[in-house]
Amino acid sequence: MQISGYSVIHLNVNGQEVSVMIKPSYTLLYVLREKLSLTGAKSGCNNGDCGACTVLIDDMPVKSCLMLAVEAVGHKITTIEGLENAAIQEAFVRSWGFQCGYCTSGFLMVCHALTKYNPHADDTIIEEWLQSNLCRCTGYEEIENAVKSIITNHIEV
Amino acid sequence: MIPFDFDYYRPDSMEKAYECYQSLSQMNKRPMYYGGGTEIISMARVKSIEFDAVIDLKAIPQCNTLEINNGYFVMGAAQTLTNIAEFNAFPLLSKTVKRIADHTIQDKLTIGGNLAGTIKYREASLPLMISNCKLQVMTVKGITEIPFNKLFDGRLQLESGDFLIAILIDQNQLNCPYSHVKKTRNEKIDYPLISMAAMKDGSTLKAAITGYGEKPCLIPEKILNHKSYSIDQKIKKIITQLHSECKSDLSGSLEYREFVLQNILQELLEHFRPTDFILK
Repeated sequence: MQISGYSVIHLNVNGQEVSVMIKPSYTLLYVLREKLSLTGAKSGCNNGDCGACTVLIDDMPVKSCLMLAVEAVGHKITTIEGLENAAIQEAFVRSWGFQCGYCTSGFLMVCHALTKYNPHADDTIIEEWLQSNLCRCTGYEEIENAVKSIITNHIEV
Repeated sequence: MIPFDFDYYRPDSMEKAYECYQSLSQMNKRPMYYGGGTEIISMARVKSIEFDAVIDLKAIPQCNTLEINNGYFVMGAAQTLTNIAEFNAFPLLSKTVKRIADHTIQDKLTIGGNLAGTIKYREASLPLMISNCKLQVMTVKGITEIPFNKLFDGRLQLESGDFLIAILIDQNQLNCPYSHVKKTRNEKIDYPLISMAAMKDGSTLKAAITGYGEKPCLIPEKILNHKSYSIDQKIKKIITQLHSECKSDLSGSLEYREFVLQNILQELLEHFRPTDFILK
């Protein structure tokens, strides 16, 4: 595979095949937001620190600001738009897991993957996963409660 | 978005990757091998590095190996830290890589990238420095196997165009009693003030640290295992010997780093007293 200059690539986003013209210098975050109008993944630090841009690549969380769009060819991309009433979304509402909301989509992606991948996660694992994202409103406890409500109630993700 | 243009190559064999690098170099282009890309993208975004092409190694099967084979734990250079930690064949390495950056970054950061990148801490190197391990490198002569400590001196000393294929660790080393400590200035997720990996190989205690100086370094094994020195004597001698390596920066002064190292060594040596074989 070789991409030089503007080229059309095919991505699998939220279960749909999409074609998009990119340059190799485009990050996945840029392509999702500016080329595919999927603005759920937020642009925060653009440096891999805040996690606001988190999406799932083959069901594992990845910071889309630190991934080239071209790297995502051949992988399954899930954005917040692709969650569609996932259990974690309702848990966030029940637990007041958001305030201003800017970090929410990134946190939701991490928490969704965590509860799916680790349905019996203990406090250590939950802490490990949640440390990847920052919330300037400091709503960490409510977010943790949302995750724990899924795990302790054995809710299917 | 990265503020300059470059070409992207994703070869599916080692030979094609090597040839790709050579031919781009001959055209006076500046190629760069690419693994997880976490460091390359963040540095390119602010133009700390520039290149004309990246050669993504993730489609090369040998760079994706993760298995126990022929008495060795074999890890492809393109394996992510998450995969390595979860495979957990080498618990000391698992514990070490789980403290590099955060969990989501570990899903993308590769072991090869951590060793070959420009960020000087290279924490994944610590368990490799103290275990009997070797590296498979793609060179002009083809695949070459080189002992880790011959090729790693603070960073991988690769010739232009060479790239790391895999790391092979002697199976006998995988389950030695071990200890890993990471001290940061403030936050749990940060670059290390001092990070230490240690293991007891038979009766020999080995340890390596990073964050203390400009590059990862070994704790002098002779002092660490000296039969007639007390713990306090060992610590004093190690601190004295490493004094010229110790750095002073915003994360911690030289005096503070020496104080932290002293405490880490105290815990380590007490934990691994000759009669103590508890797996930490």
